[in-house]
Amino acid sequence: MNSYYKKFIPYLFLIPSLVFLTIFFFIPFFETIVLSLKDYSNDIYNPVFAGLNNYKILFQTKEFYTSLKNTFLFLFLVVPILTIFPMIVAILLNQKIKGIGLYKVLIYIPVVVSIVVVAIAFKWLYTTQGIINYVIDIIGAKPIGWLTDTRWALISVAVVTIYKGIGYYMMIYLAALMSVPKDLYEAADVDGANVFFKHLNVTVPHIMPTIALVVTISSISALKVFTEIYVMTKGGPLNSTKTVVYYIYERAFENLDLSLAAAASVVLLFIILIFSVINITFFENKRYKL
Amino acid sequence: MIKKIIQKTGIHFFLILISILSLFPFIWLISTALKGPEENIFAYPPIFIPKDITFNNFIGVWKQIPFLLYFFNSFIVAFFTVMLNLIFSSLAAYPLARMEFQGKKLIFSMVLSTIMIPFQAVMLPVYLIVLKLHLVDSYGMVNGYLGLILPFAVNAFGIFLMRQAYLSIPKEMEEAAFIDGCSVFNIWRKILIPMTAPSLAVLAIFTFIGSWGEFLWPGIVLTNKTLYTLPVGVNDLQGMFSANWRYIAAGSIISIIPIIIFFICMQKYFVSGQNEGAVKG
Repeated sequence: MNSYYKKFIPYLFLIPSLVFLTIFFFIPFFETIVLSLKDYSNDIYNPVFAGLNNYKILFQTKEFYTSLKNTFLFLFLVVPILTIFPMIVAILLNQKIKGIGLYKVLIYIPVVVSIVVVAIAFKWLYTTQGIINYVIDIIGAKPIGWLTDTRWALISVAVVTIYKGIGYYMMIYLAALMSVPKDLYEAADVDGANVFFKHLNVTVPHIMPTIALVVTISSISALKVFTEIYVMTKGGPLNSTKTVVYYIYERAFENLDLSLAAAASVVLLFIILIFSVINITFFENKRYKL
Repeated sequence: MIKKIIQKTGIHFFLILISILSLFPFIWLISTALKGPEENIFAYPPIFIPKDITFNNFIGVWKQIPFLLYFFNSFIVAFFTVMLNLIFSSLAAYPLARMEFQGKKLIFSMVLSTIMIPFQAVMLPVYLIVLKLHLVDSYGMVNGYLGLILPFAVNAFGIFLMRQAYLSIPKEMEEAAFIDGCSVFNIWRKILIPMTAPSLAVLAIFTFIGSWGEFLWPGIVLTNKTLYTLPVGVNDLQGMFSANWRYIAAGSIISIIPIIIFFICMQKYFVSGQNEGAVKG
């Protein structure tokens, strides 16, 4: 079996992918680092080498700090809920009851719809005279400027991200739940454990690797959040929803400030790298092992 | 027995509640889109079923927005992105799964490392590269489409997905084919491709959904409205009909019809396929 192919054959199969990965991943990756070390401010066509000066400027920029703070705040709002809530939904769906297929489809719909439409739909729910404020009014509270109040805007955006992610993570959990041996539940039933403790003691430990996987992948996608913010708040009010990706976008494509955009990109790369390495080495190591 | 019935009713209750919540934003958009100009869309309490249901908002927004063009653009971009991903991933995965060659480890880790490079962090240089290659709409329609397609023509998730699929096929199949005088390319095309059809379908569907919903990249590169994809066109509704929520709602609903139909037709693949990891969150 050793040589049913000629020596160059493997490379032929690999070349198309390697060419595209090089042009659209590797070169941009190194280019980002190079851009971040250059100064474009005097002449955009003749940048000069600036060393780490851009990073120095970046870390003296209040707006960047705000965006970093908002990004992590967003992560802490989104990740715990996206880890726990879809798990509960999946446990409910993992029972022998009628209509499971229909429930799955309905709960999954937000995943397939473009985030732009989802964000517009929520913008409409969030308007000052909108339906959410009507509910708030019934409860007896004052109407809230969901997207216009600096205290609420980031939370409101996080709700949209959570809403769109539930179906996705639910499916991941459902696959994991199928591998939990049924007799473990029967043993718990014999012991007379109630439903909540049954799952806490049997299900949760069994699907721990999946829970960890969901934590890392939802963290990575939280760190990359952009479209919901662009559609709903444009980073406002008063930068209260400006995240790192939004900051990069603004620097690069609105202010044409390539150096700061690149420096911020390197910071983002570094943060995401940490999460990716954890994910690949601990939770998805089977798939990514040679 | 009674305890079981109560438990099941409780589960149904929660699941129905969650299903309604997950549909609610769309239901409310539809309700708003069906309301005529004399009906108050800000009424307290909110009106879910309009008194006089009208389709005028749908007709009005359809006349002003070239939805068919946006559908067409989104379809072209998604279709070719899918095709390229299927071809490139299934080609690259073959040697990584089955062959021994020099530099295999290096190439494998190169491919793996691209998983850790988020597009958002390198989009600026990607944009500069696309400009240098003239792959933007100011150089013509085809260049514009290529600029939307080529940066997403391959990604490591697809390669790893196909590699897993090949690894699950018994090696004896290929050995037998080789003894029968089949070339490597034909082994790939006539044995591996048909046998990994389910994985290819999963890769196709998730690549399609991702490309169809993509906003950031087309939003950056597109300047010519005739090349707008659906998400960019839909986002534009907000600016065009600033306070006319009836139109914005109608346009948003029109825009999601194709993908909802696609999803309902393909639902079994979504349920089984997502966990194969074809998606790049």
